[in-house]
Amino acid sequence: MSIRRRDTLLFPDPPVIAAWAAVGGKKEGEGPLASAFDERIPDAGFAAEGCRSWEQAESLLQQRCIRRCLRKAGLRPQDVTLAFAGDLQAQCAASNYTLRALGVPFAGVYGACSTMAETLCLGAAFAAAGYSERTLAFTSSHFCAAERQFRTPLLYGGKRTPTAQWTATAAGACLLRPAGSAGVPVAAVTFGRVQDYAVRDINNMGAAMMPAAAATLLAHFGACGSGPEDYDAVITGDLGAVGSELLYTQLRREGCELANHLDCGCLLYDRDEQPVQAGGSGAGCSAAVLGAYILPQLQSGRWRRVLFVATGALMSRATILQGESIPGIAHAVELIAPKGEREG
Amino acid sequence: MKLDPKRYDRMVRLFSPPSRLGADCLWAFLVGGGICLLGEVLRCRYLRIAPAETAGALTSITLIGLAAAATLPGWYQKLAAHAGAGTLVPITGFSNSVASAAMEFKSEGWVTGAGAQIFSIAGPVITYGTLASWVWGVLYWVMNRGG
Repeated sequence: MSIRRRDTLLFPDPPVIAAWAAVGGKKEGEGPLASAFDERIPDAGFAAEGCRSWEQAESLLQQRCIRRCLRKAGLRPQDVTLAFAGDLQAQCAASNYTLRALGVPFAGVYGACSTMAETLCLGAAFAAAGYSERTLAFTSSHFCAAERQFRTPLLYGGKRTPTAQWTATAAGACLLRPAGSAGVPVAAVTFGRVQDYAVRDINNMGAAMMPAAAATLLAHFGACGSGPEDYDAVITGDLGAVGSELLYTQLRREGCELANHLDCGCLLYDRDEQPVQAGGSGAGCSAAVLGAYILPQLQSGRWRRVLFVATGALMSRATILQGESIPGIAHAVELIAPKGEREG
Repeated sequence: MKLDPKRYDRMVRLFSPPSRLGADCLWAFLVGGGICLLGEVLRCRYLRIAPAETAGALTSITLIGLAAAATLPGWYQKLAAHAGAGTLVPITGFSNSVASAAMEFKSEGWVTGAGAQIFSIAGPVITYGTLASWVWGVLYWVMNRGG
């Protein structure tokens, strides 16, 4: 069972991420993590498979990722006892179509770009409580599907601001199992609270989400009695270059020096070589970096303890046009190396 | 947290890198100017075969057609990523906004998708352009009555 301490769930018998997978599109496949993806998909429109829309293409991207994850776990789709999933499309359409194909119990989750951490929090809690034996947690984003929903048509000529971020075409999936199984243990999770500090600029999502990341980090440190120095890395989802700088400044003000911070938005792309402005974003960004980079480091024992904090901006196109500010959220997942690796 | 919206706004301004104004302006000037130069060359050619008013209209039509054709393979978007206002302001930008929306929403059908959404970006220009001409028409009428 778990212990609830403020907003944090601590797992004395930690559930584990038994298998995972990450897939990326063309641009992601040309980035620093290229070789780490389980599959690179240069044709993310899936034209060869007769796909006619970006919405369906994102669902196919998810399905590729899940297939990889289940294959690594040695499971068939029908072995999955529950799926937590979501994406950036309205009504989480991509996930709905994926689950139509998968046919397993499904709880849809919307946490914008924080969805990977959110589904992991829920999956870990369900696994720890014994409610689900083999829980699938996954999310994705697709540049083309997100652009047309939140911004302008793909072929429209516009200039991006230096603070803008690039929605990743990527997906990540994790299979959670109860304590005792092999895999990367989830030691604790913190469910974030919505933070809104009146940022209205849709081209500066890092700034909009930073307060949520800071609040969740402080909440997690407070509940666990830990600090940044207790982790090999504190990894945020997609604050990008601007949001990361803001985070250092804010945490310093709170008396917390963040020297070992990484951001998935800055890890997924090479900002010097790839035109992604302030870095990557999208639910698939942190999900893919988790599967391609973070979990393998823990599995191999190179890292012992990591805090993964995915951040989400919870606006809609309508609320932005209505002049509302952008509420942010962040959920934290504390991951530790498997036992043998931890001691060795 | 030790943070309030006002203070945060100052912080965000401080940490958000500004656009590269010099380079951006140069790009916009060169590309925008290039498009206008092309327009002028076209107009001079058309003047050989048509009266001034027709030559002007033919020039606009040609530029609109060229921009729409450059939109389809994604060239216009790639150029605009550097040129900014240089590709947005000329009539070619208007063409790009219509063609890109039509292409984008094709997947939702010819009527409910492309048909309904084709002016989703250019719509405000048409709406307020028409409104402005209407207002000016009324003013013109009033002024002429007085005079």
